[in-house]
Amino acid sequence: MSDKALNLALDQHRQQGDARLLEAVNALPDPEIPVISLGDLGIVRGLHRDQGTCVVSITPTYSGCPATETIRDDILALLKAQGEANAQVVIALSPAWTTDWISEDGRNKLKAFGIAPPLRCLGKPGSIEGDASPSGGEHPHRVFPLKRMTSLARVQCPRCESEVIESISEFGSTPCKAIYRCLACREPFDYFKPY
Amino acid sequence: MHPITALAETKQPAPQEFLLRLGDNALILSHRLSEWTGHGPALEEDIALTNTALDLLGQARMLYSHAGQSMQPVCDEDALAYWRNAEAFRNFTAIELPNSGVHAARGALGDYAFTMVRQSLFSAYMLELWPLVAQSADEVLAGIAMKSIKETRYHWRHASDWTIRLGDGTEASNKRMQQALEQLFPYTNEWFTFDAIDERALGYSAHDLAIQLRDRWLSQVDALCKQSHLRMPASSQLQTRGRFGVHGEHLSLLLAEMQSVARAHPGASW
Repeated sequence: MSDKALNLALDQHRQQGDARLLEAVNALPDPEIPVISLGDLGIVRGLHRDQGTCVVSITPTYSGCPATETIRDDILALLKAQGEANAQVVIALSPAWTTDWISEDGRNKLKAFGIAPPLRCLGKPGSIEGDASPSGGEHPHRVFPLKRMTSLARVQCPRCESEVIESISEFGSTPCKAIYRCLACREPFDYFKPY
Repeated sequence: MHPITALAETKQPAPQEFLLRLGDNALILSHRLSEWTGHGPALEEDIALTNTALDLLGQARMLYSHAGQSMQPVCDEDALAYWRNAEAFRNFTAIELPNSGVHAARGALGDYAFTMVRQSLFSAYMLELWPLVAQSADEVLAGIAMKSIKETRYHWRHASDWTIRLGDGTEASNKRMQQALEQLFPYTNEWFTFDAIDERALGYSAHDLAIQLRDRWLSQVDALCKQSHLRMPASSQLQTRGRFGVHGEHLSLLLAEMQSVARAHPGASW
């Protein structure tokens, strides 16, 4: 085998290895909501090599989410177990993570677990769909829902799919969730807030 | 607003001082909100305020980490939070006021009316400021701003909802909300005093920033007051200077508590 062919083969081998590594990183469970994976959540931006160091970049969810540090440690532990001694996790802040990046599969898993998946933000950064907000369309950054939380359009109960719900708490057990109650089946449920 | 192109070209990265102004507001307000932990008027409110505190703490950590990287020597987030004294902090005076309000005795229990009015006024302000920061040529700062806008929107939603419920509630709740508004309003003059550092960071003239931000903020606050059956307070001449490092006694007391463990055990990690 010529040097050139050997290098090509090695390159290919390494690329396949990196693709497998990335797959393994994507398959890691979210520490707070272990039914969905990091890949489902859409926070893994990529994996690349920087002078031999394996670098995984992730986009954090909420600014203060304590899971971010656990996620970093989980990824580093995985990479170390795969023989990557010099692994590194870098934080990519921009573009900011949005719940629109949660995969369809991830949304179904959330629902099956009893967490209503978030409504779509649809390209309006940070807008809260479902709000009766007059200014939302024109000024995407200025949503001022001055109304009380009475109508909560299109959030569905994850159990019976009723849309007749009420708000129990705007904030829940983690920064990303609110607590609602279904008025059809009377069950309270978590709602993953659009972000 | 008309961008100042000459200034805008030179604005990368954002000045440390500007990052500290944003970061210190976030940290100190986070600490004030966290004082409600276990003392909220209802479990849901306890959770809401601690969640809001957590968002703000996260924002502060990112801003400090970013600011600290360009310092000589490089400073980490803990050093900035725990090892600076009051005069080095750049938060608004309104943010450091105790949860019990301006006139209560030291150590008085928190006043939920005061907390909700402060949250409403401040989150309405940040909803105007963050989008400007998000246009910064400093990519890290712009990224932090884009995240923070999303979080601030939920803070505003929660606080404005309670402002309406309590303002448009009983005679007693309306009176307390009005009192809180009267107390806090004079302190908001400081929020619209911009200088060359803000110009450099945001690329707009201090005059434009002051006029335009104040106009937009006032119209939001005015709309909220109308819905809440609260009267907009008369304008005041009070000019606090927290963002320039001139603080009242409240910040020193807050820092004494917040920094005591880190200072008693330097270098400890947990």
